[in-house]
Amino acid sequence: MTELYKRPDFILDEPFTYCPGCSHGIVHRLLCEVIDELGIRGDTVGICSIGCAVRIWNFIELDFIQATHGRALAFATGAKRANPDKCIFTYQGDGDAMSIGTAETIHAIARGEKVTVLFVNNTYFGATGGQLAPTTLPGQKTTTYPEGRTADRIGNPIRTCELLSTLDSEGYIARVALDTPAHIRQAKAALKKAFQTQLSGEGYGFVEFLGCCPSNLKLNSPVEAWEWIGNHSSKYFPLGEFKLPRSMQEV
Amino acid sequence: MSKRTLMKGTVAIGEAAIRAGCRNYFGYPITPQSELLEYMAEQLPKRGGVFVQSESELAGISMVHGAAATGQRSMTSSSSPGISLMQEEISTIASAELPVVIVNVTRGSPGLGRITPAQSDYNQACKGGGQGDYKLIVLTPASVQEMAELTSLAFHLADKYMTPAMILGDAFAGQMMESIDEEALNPKFEEPEKPWAATGVKDGKRHMVLTAPFTDAELITLNERLQAKYRLIAENETRWEEYRAEDADILLVAFGTPSRFAKAAINSLRDDGYRVGLIRPITVCPYPYQVINEYAKHVSFFLDIEMNEGQMLEDVRLAVNGQCPVHFLGGGGGKLTPPDVIVAHVKELCGGDKI
Ligand SMILES: Cc1ncc(C[n+]2csc(CCOP(=O)(O)OP(=O)(O)O)c2C)c(N)n1
Ligand code: SF4
Ligand SMILES: [Mg+2]
Repeated sequence: MTELYKRPDFILDEPFTYCPGCSHGIVHRLLCEVIDELGIRGDTVGICSIGCAVRIWNFIELDFIQATHGRALAFATGAKRANPDKCIFTYQGDGDAMSIGTAETIHAIARGEKVTVLFVNNTYFGATGGQLAPTTLPGQKTTTYPEGRTADRIGNPIRTCELLSTLDSEGYIARVALDTPAHIRQAKAALKKAFQTQLSGEGYGFVEFLGCCPSNLKLNSPVEAWEWIGNHSSKYFPLGEFKLPRSMQEV
Repeated sequence: MSKRTLMKGTVAIGEAAIRAGCRNYFGYPITPQSELLEYMAEQLPKRGGVFVQSESELAGISMVHGAAATGQRSMTSSSSPGISLMQEEISTIASAELPVVIVNVTRGSPGLGRITPAQSDYNQACKGGGQGDYKLIVLTPASVQEMAELTSLAFHLADKYMTPAMILGDAFAGQMMESIDEEALNPKFEEPEKPWAATGVKDGKRHMVLTAPFTDAELITLNERLQAKYRLIAENETRWEEYRAEDADILLVAFGTPSRFAKAAINSLRDDGYRVGLIRPITVCPYPYQVINEYAKHVSFFLDIEMNEGQMLEDVRLAVNGQCPVHFLGGGGGKLTPPDVIVAHVKELCGGDKI
């Protein structure tokens, strides 16, 4: 019998503290699978950031450096420049990478830092209880804009992949969704390319995962969370690959 | 005889840092210390190190944090407004218990201020400019030679105690050209092994450089551990210089550039028959409370001289503990108290009586 699926052995035997239907758990698993398949566990260092996944180190047995809120890509720059032969990734929420850490994100990508970014867009500041994020959808209710996001009060969401792909640096940029098994398989393939782009020395790998924060959306089940991604989030944030490194471009 | 060389203060810091094994420098330009940034930009890549001009001081100190967490000697430098921006990260580095060196070539403040020399970041450096109960090791050079010596010492102490160390200089010391003993540029200590470095899981063992404890109890334990470490640092690493202090009846207290003015004033006052001496704190954190407390038993008064509105004054008073009067001379925003001003002030305080 062939084993098609198993829990990566360096996901620690700790219960996830995420809400049911939360996307962070799925991204954790994909991360472990990709690192396992690439055989780079002994050379990989994760930079964990502030947000609901702040304790990712408690679930995944890798080396970790904990960053301040928004600064993960500056940490990654320091760690990678000091150790060009190591594999460095950041794990960041949308608030972390595109609100308080926008400058660090744009500049690290503009410099073409050879690191991998796992950017989990759940359209909320999840950890602090559902405030507006730079990615909150038009009309979406948050604790700070309870009537829903309107452009006249706080502007429209930032499409991060589109923004970053205008920069002239070498790398891989993709947006994937975590709503269906097919999409999750695509997400894993994208994440693998994002690591391969770093490992080949070509550039950065940036993957935006469209996830969901069912607790703050006040959804009733994980199924509703997955449906919400397909019906709302991926309508505003189109899926796809926005930039490929030279080695992945068709000739 | 050892060789002497003419050097600028900021360059002496850079050269001493590289010789001490500093592999990574990240920073953002700001006067009056951009020469240090430029020196590192020119030298580090040639000598096997890393230089990145960061997009901000927030990013610069965070890059330092990331590089230091992989076990390599790393530093940044800036001047007052830039150092203010770094405060959250500095507190975080202290709580992560990482060795890092930060240089502040202080300028006149508050606000943007001007690039006049000043010492008005004393409180920020010594009393915890960022959140929480943490301390830095703060070293205050008074000459170009000391800029070099204290830089290697800062790397050594940071590693020894796993804590951030700061060189707190002023624009005078930073910009001045002075002849120094070349030997001062060389480190006096070996860099220790860093088995805690986060560079990947090895032999089934992982490494974590974390700042946020997992439980409430662990945060209390972290605080207790930090405080015990700071007590040990105070016991072992408090440094100061005494100048003509032994038989003095009046003691001046000054660090950095004002201590040089004070020495000149002391020589002139001594010629006039005043028994004046100087205590010059070299570490202002930990502070030499004890030596000042001892002298306070014998002297008539202390005169604290600073290029700020009297930030160290509180520490001098704490040390003296009411045993004799403590006076203040100085001011912020770039105000200077040259030797003749000190001489006149001491004479006035003595009411014309030689003692
Ligand atoms: C300097 C600073 N400001 C604010 C906070 C509070 N804070 C913690 S997490 C967070 C938002 C996180 O949102 P996101 O990055 O989207 O992560 P999520 O929880 O949604 O996964 C905020 C504002 C902080 N820790 N530090
Ligand atoms: S609050 Fe939202 S992001 Fe945080 S764990 Fe719950 S569902 Fe996930
Ligand atoms: Mg979020």
